[in-house]
Amino acid sequence: MALSFDLSSSGGYSSRERRRGFSLAIPALIWLVLFFILPVCIVFVVSFLTRGQRGALVLPLTLEHYERILGPVFRPVLFDSLWIAFLTTIICLVLGYPLAFFISTRKSKQMQNVALFLVILPFWTNFLVRTYAWQIILGAEGTINGMLTGLGLISEPLALINTDFAVLLGLVYGFLPFMVLPIFASVERFEFRLVEAAYDLGANDLRTFLRVVLPLTLPGVIAGCILVFIPAIGSFITPDLLGGTQGIMIGNLITGQFRGSGNWPLGSAASIVMMIVVILGLVVYSRIGRRAS
Amino acid sequence: MQQVGIEIKNVIKEFPARRGEEPVRAVDNISLQIYEGEFFALLGPSGCGKTTTLRMIAGFEEPSSGEIILRGKPVQGVPPFHRPVNTVFQDYALFPHMTVLQNVMFGLEMAGVNAREARDRAAAALEMVRLKQFDRKPRQLSGGQQQRVALARALVKQPAVLLLDEPLGALDLKLRKEMQYELMQMQEELNMTFVYVTHDQEEALTMCDRIAVMDRGKVLQVGRGNEIYETPHSRFVADFIGETNFIEGKLTAINGKKATVVLPGGVEVEATPDQTGTSLNSSVTVAIRPEKITLVHVSLPTDQGLNARVSTAEVMSAIETEEDRTFVPGTIIFSNYIGTDTRYTVRIGESSTLIVREQNFGNFKDITFKVGDQVMVFWATENARVLIQ
Repeated sequence: MALSFDLSSSGGYSSRERRRGFSLAIPALIWLVLFFILPVCIVFVVSFLTRGQRGALVLPLTLEHYERILGPVFRPVLFDSLWIAFLTTIICLVLGYPLAFFISTRKSKQMQNVALFLVILPFWTNFLVRTYAWQIILGAEGTINGMLTGLGLISEPLALINTDFAVLLGLVYGFLPFMVLPIFASVERFEFRLVEAAYDLGANDLRTFLRVVLPLTLPGVIAGCILVFIPAIGSFITPDLLGGTQGIMIGNLITGQFRGSGNWPLGSAASIVMMIVVILGLVVYSRIGRRAS
Repeated sequence: MQQVGIEIKNVIKEFPARRGEEPVRAVDNISLQIYEGEFFALLGPSGCGKTTTLRMIAGFEEPSSGEIILRGKPVQGVPPFHRPVNTVFQDYALFPHMTVLQNVMFGLEMAGVNAREARDRAAAALEMVRLKQFDRKPRQLSGGQQQRVALARALVKQPAVLLLDEPLGALDLKLRKEMQYELMQMQEELNMTFVYVTHDQEEALTMCDRIAVMDRGKVLQVGRGNEIYETPHSRFVADFIGETNFIEGKLTAINGKKATVVLPGGVEVEATPDQTGTSLNSSVTVAIRPEKITLVHVSLPTDQGLNARVSTAEVMSAIETEEDRTFVPGTIIFSNYIGTDTRYTVRIGESSTLIVREQNFGNFKDITFKVGDQVMVFWATENARVLIQ
């Protein structure tokens, strides 16, 4: 997976420095091989096996699971998940960019730190707990409906929970910090005298943003989008708790196969398909990003 | 009378107070008239308000009060992208994601010039600054080349006024001299108004038609380089522009264009009184440039002939116009050979010292003075000035 979003190049280092760099990376490499590459290989192999008695994994090798995943039952779920993850990313971007911009342009460092702290504050509480909190807020007898009914604005509770909207809300809420932080980092590096230079040369605010600010903060945008999109497409807690039977995503499907019905090969095939889709998406995205910058 | 291109009227710029601090008055009621086609310098030490003044002309800052008029039109509230000025920034501020050519074309594109014409004009501007690496990114260029791109980018729009914010500050000495010359030529060729911010007095003297010397938000003096150098109105200007001796004393008499000042130890010197007039018996400062002072031996060595160490012409001219000169006895206490000149430190009176610069023309051996030599120090009265603090 050749994703080169980093701006720094490894040029300028001697071969000795590079060798030393490699040796420093060995512990992490061992970790990656043991807990990432090996499991992925196992999942890959399992996805071609047949489900035997009581969920046992047996031969012969088969493509049956891939057929089912791409068939009429599971395919819509995959597309829905892509769509939800895409929307989550876009909404996070639209909300996160201005927020990151606002934070990084504060004059007082103290104010900046407070704002950043507030952005990451939710991480201090368990994600599951926070999602349950949304259940309470959005529920039929929850905070919002209770308030609106109490004020006499509605007679029937609004259908907030167990909708795509609730899933989207939960995902945006959960992943917004992943968008804000990388964009903050790249806006902070941005040199604002370039804005003055653009103004000086006759560019108004919009053109200055499109021609100077956005291209130069694009690395942060790309990183943020990736950091939001990947966990969003694989999420299962949020759709499970907020989407009900309506908002099933591919993540729910996969966990279901591993936990519920015990169909590991089907779950593995779904995982592999999702991985391939994500990788393809990233490659296309990185191409676009590279061309733009 | 030349036409006024930029008029700055009673402009004050105050930056809001930070917590627990006083508001900062960066520019304190300045008024300037800059003529069309003039090479004008804003000169002063860092923090004197020169860059803030430039930024107000460009539109990056709005004056707290007062008015800026560009070519007859007040520009209050006009955003920088609608002002007929372009800026060469101190650190160039080139767009790192664009090539050299794209950088220079940017301003033209923003003005709605079609791509083809923009390309041609940008290429012409780059040719004028003698740069050929159109397709490089700014970071692939040297400092001097980046400087040229910044210049081309600002010039290509043919602004009424070009603002330059210490554009040569980051270049090494030799390149700086070269660019100074090129800028002067360019300014003359284009007949454009240049407003040049610098803290380098030599640069301002070399390049600019007129100079405004600024300090602590105020304009202390405006004038041609020679006026400012020869007749500084204040101690700050005299000190900031070139090298100056300041000798403290007491004003004892004013007689027309001649003031008499008594130094500690009772030595009397004469100088041109300050225009504003200073009251008698007050403490004053006499300012005189090291190169305006001449040294003459008093006790000539016995083994050499008379006048062996002094140019006859100098002594003659000194004697001829004796009434306009001040003669003071002194002692050489330090001598420092610096190539074209020798700098002597001379004690006069009880505690005053003077730096004297003598050019090393002729045979150096014949004209040197040694530490401990008794000398006669003299200067033309008009070259010494009694200054207010």
